[in-house]
Formats: sequence, structure tokens, C-alpha cells
Amino acid sequence: MSGKVTNDAGGSGEGGEGTSELDAAFFARWMTATADAVAREADRLTELDSAIGDADHGENMRRGFEAARAELGEEIPATPGAVLMTVGRKLVSTVGGASGPLYGTLLRRTGKALGSGERVSREELAGALSAGVEAVAQLGGAAAGDKTMLDALFPAVEAMTDSGGKDFEAARAAAERGAEETVPLQARKGRASYLGERSVGHQDPGATSAALLMAALAAADTAQGAGPGDSGGSE
Amino acid sequence: MAEAKETKQVGIVLVSHSKEVADSVAQLAAGLAGVPDAPVAGAGGRPDGGLGTSEELIVEAARQVDQGAGVALLVDLGSAVLTVKALLADGDELPEPAQLVDAPLIEGSVAAVVTAAGGGDLAAVAAGAEEAYTYRKV
Repeated sequence: MSGKVTNDAGGSGEGGEGTSELDAAFFARWMTATADAVAREADRLTELDSAIGDADHGENMRRGFEAARAELGEEIPATPGAVLMTVGRKLVSTVGGASGPLYGTLLRRTGKALGSGERVSREELAGALSAGVEAVAQLGGAAAGDKTMLDALFPAVEAMTDSGGKDFEAARAAAERGAEETVPLQARKGRASYLGERSVGHQDPGATSAALLMAALAAADTAQGAGPGDSGGSE
Repeated sequence: MAEAKETKQVGIVLVSHSKEVADSVAQLAAGLAGVPDAPVAGAGGRPDGGLGTSEELIVEAARQVDQGAGVALLVDLGSAVLTVKALLADGDELPEPAQLVDAPLIEGSVAAVVTAAGGGDLAAVAAGAEEAYTYRKV
């Protein structure tokens, strides 16, 4: 299940943004773009987490995604599903906080749902992501409005599904809006829930990092549309 | 080490955010239960020693205490709960059968070690540990 991506599998930009199928190189680009975004925003994530959590979200996420980046740098698994499962496994083993099993489950279940095809359609990705998000909800026992990462992920998946999987930009915007809308909510899950009403007025760190994941998806898509044969990977 | 026993005992893994807490509670449980060689191990903190939860350390501890009769996992909170749940749901790395036990870490671990040493199976060990929630202190 892990072979090198060959050159001809890398040129998936021909159909242009919004229509083309997605290959392993695209998923590796998505994960690398997420690592970039997490590294860039780590201080902000930690700052948000210091308000209502234990001030480790930025550092934990950075550690996890840098480990994932290093692994993908050695070898990109052959299929989209394998890329996500590899990164998910890496996150569980390296993050060290609750985000590890939560993001790990999100990516592993999404990857599993993508199956073993070398390319997947955008619609398949929307469906798989929906399964991944559902698994996160089940693992954490959380629902919409509990002030968690799900408040960014649910609307993002809905936006993607509504567009038949085509509109990654709408998913990005929905996730960002969802994250912002956690500000007035009272936390009902995780460490922030210990704060009760005092959790109101702060944006949820997990929803914020989930919005980064969706923004990275849109960014990877734009990069793909812009440059055919572009091997991606902003180092 | 498993073969030294006549009967296989249920293994017990204690997962805490802190290595010191996990290892000390393991020692405490074996001591209070009067079973110094009980198959109980701590899986605390991250591999680098920091506070957190590590899938790797949990799997390692589970394999270490597994004698073939199953492994009960007791946890402190937050990511410890989620990491074990994720391992049980997605991974194939834990010995079979393995079970997350809904119990207070310290009291539950003592009850678990006593039950396991008495030859209880995984269900009995889990029930014994869970019952620790009902021991009121005032």
C-alpha cells in the first residue's frame, strides 16, 4: 500500500479546479499545506487555548503535523486513502493531547472511506470526509454547538456536500465562519467545559485548527489548478 | 514472564497524562492489593516525558502485561480517554480482548489488581474497577 507516486500520477491538474479527480499527490499537498498553516498559526492556537484550555494546542498540532510532513517527505503513499491514514496514524502517535486521537480519527476514517483507488472524485472526498467527521463526533461524544472542532467541520462538510464536492472554497468559508461562531458558545466538551460560563466569549482552538485544515484543502486545490505538473509541497 | 504463572491473569494498563502518576499508581495498586508481581503497568505522559498521552506507550504497556487473558485499560481524563477509545476503534495494535474500563484511576486500579489476582476474567476485572465509583468517602 505504499509505493512511490509516479510522475504521470502527479499531473492531475488538467481538469482544472473544481472538476478534476484527486490523486495521492494532491492529498499530500493538502496535508503539507495544513502543516504550513499550523506552523504559521501555532502561537495563535496556543493563545486561544490558554484562554479556555491548557495552552498546548498550537505546540501539539505543530509537533504532529511536522512529524506527518517529515513522513510524507520520505515517501508519499500510493493512494489518497493511504496518505490520510498515514498522517492520521502519525498524529495519534505524536500529538500527545486530545487533538491527536480526534484529528487522527478524522483523517484515518476519511482515508479508510476513500478506499484504495489511486484517484478519487471530489464527491467521494465529500462523502468520506462526512464519515470522518461523524467518527470524530462519536469518539468525543460531542454534537454541534458544544464549542468543539465539530462546529467548523459540520458546516464545512455540509457546504462541500451541497456543491457535489466541487466547492472547496465554500467549505473553507463555512469552516471559518463556524469557528468564529464558537465565540458566544459555552463549552460542553473537553477541558474548556470545566470553565462553564467562563468559556463564553472565546473562540474555540479546536474549531480554529479545523478551519485551518479546510483552508489548506482549498489552498491545495488552487495550487493544483494553477500549475499543471506542479509537484506541490511548499517547504 | 507470562509463563511463570499457572493461570493467565488479566493485564492492567494505567493511562495518565503523567508518567509519574501512571507508574506510581501501578506500584500503589500492586502494593495495596498485596500482589507485588501483578501484571499492571503504567503508560503515562508522552515518550519525551512531557505531560500528555501516547498511543505508543499505551500499546507497549498493554503488550507487556498481556498474558493472554485480556487487558483492562484504566485512564485519567481527556486525551487519555480519547486515545484509548481511538485505539480500540481503529487500531489492531492492542492485544485481544482489550477493554476501556470506566473507573476512577486510583481506586479502580486497586480493585482491578485484586480481582485479576483472584483469577477474575476481563469482565470481572472491569466490573470490580467500575464498582469503585460507588465507594463513598463521607
